[in-house]
Amino acid sequence: MAEIQLKSLAHSYSKHPSGAEDYAIRQMSHVWHNGGAYALLGPSGCGKSTMLNIISGLLQPSEGEVLFDNVKVNELSPKDRNIAQVFQFPVIYDSMTVYDNLAFPLRNVGMPKAKIKAKVDEIAAILELGEVLHNKARNLTADEKQKVSMGRGLVRDDVSAILFDEPLTVIDPQLKWKLRRKLKQIHEQFNITMVYVTHDQLEASTFADKIAVMYEGQIVQFGTPRELFESPNHTFVGYFIGSPGMNLIPVQRTETGVEFDGLPLHIHPELAKYAETSTSSNIKIGIRPEFVRLSNTPADDSYECHVKYIEDLGTYRIVTLELGSQTLLARIDEDQVIEGDTVHIGFPRQWLKLYIDEFLVEGATE
Amino acid sequence: MSLTLENVSRSVDGVQHIAGANITFKAGSFNVLLGRTLAGKTSLMRLMAGLDKPDTGRVLMDGRDVTNESVQRRNISMIYQQFINYPNLTVWENIASPLRLAKMKEPEITRRVKETAAMLQIEPLLQRFPSELSGGQQQRTAMARALVKDASLILFDEPLVNLDYKLREELRAELRELFKERNCIAVYATTEANEALALGGVTTLLQEGNIIQSGPVMSVYRQPSTVTAAELFSEPPINQIKGRVTETEVTFDDYAHHPLTRNLSDLAPGAYQFGVRPSHISLVPQNDDDLELAMTVELGEISGSETFMHVKNDHFSLVLQLMGVHQYHTDTPVKIYLPISKLFVFGVDGSLIQAPHHLSKE
Repeated sequence: MAEIQLKSLAHSYSKHPSGAEDYAIRQMSHVWHNGGAYALLGPSGCGKSTMLNIISGLLQPSEGEVLFDNVKVNELSPKDRNIAQVFQFPVIYDSMTVYDNLAFPLRNVGMPKAKIKAKVDEIAAILELGEVLHNKARNLTADEKQKVSMGRGLVRDDVSAILFDEPLTVIDPQLKWKLRRKLKQIHEQFNITMVYVTHDQLEASTFADKIAVMYEGQIVQFGTPRELFESPNHTFVGYFIGSPGMNLIPVQRTETGVEFDGLPLHIHPELAKYAETSTSSNIKIGIRPEFVRLSNTPADDSYECHVKYIEDLGTYRIVTLELGSQTLLARIDEDQVIEGDTVHIGFPRQWLKLYIDEFLVEGATE
Repeated sequence: MSLTLENVSRSVDGVQHIAGANITFKAGSFNVLLGRTLAGKTSLMRLMAGLDKPDTGRVLMDGRDVTNESVQRRNISMIYQQFINYPNLTVWENIASPLRLAKMKEPEITRRVKETAAMLQIEPLLQRFPSELSGGQQQRTAMARALVKDASLILFDEPLVNLDYKLREELRAELRELFKERNCIAVYATTEANEALALGGVTTLLQEGNIIQSGPVMSVYRQPSTVTAAELFSEPPINQIKGRVTETEVTFDDYAHHPLTRNLSDLAPGAYQFGVRPSHISLVPQNDDDLELAMTVELGEISGSETFMHVKNDHFSLVLQLMGVHQYHTDTPVKIYLPISKLFVFGVDGSLIQAPHHLSKE
């Protein structure tokens, strides 16, 4: 088990990188604490696979250091780093039994037979592989095979971390949640550092205590699932987390706050102060569809909107609204009644976020 | 044009793929086939297209029997899971290819390619080759090629399944717009209940080669004809609880008792199956007559903006769909509240007896 530290790390696939866009990973420092359950989440091409390969040792970073428990491991191979990996497709020996697959890493290090048996039986029980323990691996279902690949990492006492790369891709949708549950249990039981790489917000948020969201070679937020949802640190996190994502509206600075299309927005005074002192012209406000207040009657701080479309998703609805030149989405409950095609919407201050140059302006929450 | 399947069946190597399908698709309609893997969605679409011939029954277009007509003569487009484009042709030539095959005049080809590319927002990519595109861009190109030729029937076979969820959201919304003003029949196959809901139109539920229900999306969703239909059209699947009604009360799984309030008051004594949607169960009481149950948490699945909480006790395993992010450790005890007014009631044979009353006017 190990703490994994990335120190001033950067990686470019080109020999002579000339600018930020030549970097798959832009310079960053980051710590994966010992025993944590982490996810690395981002769209394809964001740099998450590069990052994973650098941690595992398949790839050497072009700049910076990788430290395991404060020891530099840049030059060490995955094997010497004691990293176990679980890939999209199960990597197991088809012709061997489940037992032999699990025993393999232990036999390699010359562990006594009796000790191997005890360890394999223990791990097989945890993974609920007891019934198929003496079956050939080739006859297993996809989820059983994936459990065997996990087991091969778990039998070893010396493993520093387990890395998962989209491990549920080939699993039947109906079985996925069971495997997710198993993964969580295993983490709670073993407390091994685990890093789970995925482009799927559900996989990431279900597994991890903390998620690193990657975008264009940078970690734009490292936070709990709740933090990513309630206060996205970057407009990309707002967009990427949640279905649909956050409403983001470009606004202009005014004397009292911000506005768009001549509509003043009542943001928190402290945020208004930030907006006022900033020299950037890239200012946006963000609010999640779940937090837009929607009513048939006007209120003091409400805006009249035209209802463009209502998507009925059964237990809730997504309302597409037009406010000035902007299109906004609001999520409402199935039982909320909308009369006619004009509604009044409000933005609760607590949920109205301010972004300057795409990053959240931290500060006032009421 | 309308398309009718009349008692259409097909078996391959003794395995029935489609069993006696009777269904009509109206001109200008948007239709979704919803079913699990191997339910018969692709088989049904291939029969509609004329790629396969039925063993029994007829396929009618505008009342005319086309059962034996080849696919080339039927003016059909099909879009698959895999992004199929000609790798050696530019995006422009990929989109133009069906028009060239139809020997259309050059100015008309140019006009249509431009128009379709604009619709699918791929104009800046027209001179690129497929290998230079992202997955989403490749699928947009494949869609453009299918849409450019004014087919009278367009078949989508799980076209978004290989794309990430953000792209799916976008393309789904665009598809709905694209078909608003078309007069062709669109048929879209998916395994996901939420995708069927988002796309709207007419929903047909398929299971093991059988059409089990068909109708406007919301009527199928709110009035599933059987437990199986309710299960298929709910993601996560609808919770099922067995129960027995006497003169005075209902007992769920010989364990939880509740008086016959509201919609249950009309039920005759006997055995029933009850269904409750995951989003209707809550962690705080909503009504006076909610049934309180003590459970433990198995897993909280967090989708970013929602939590699917799996709970169980000695009698039930249930799933709750909660708005927002709720983090629980496994095995945490919780109390849940099951709203009696939102229960679906099915007979022991699985057929719907009553659905919960729906409040919204929409």
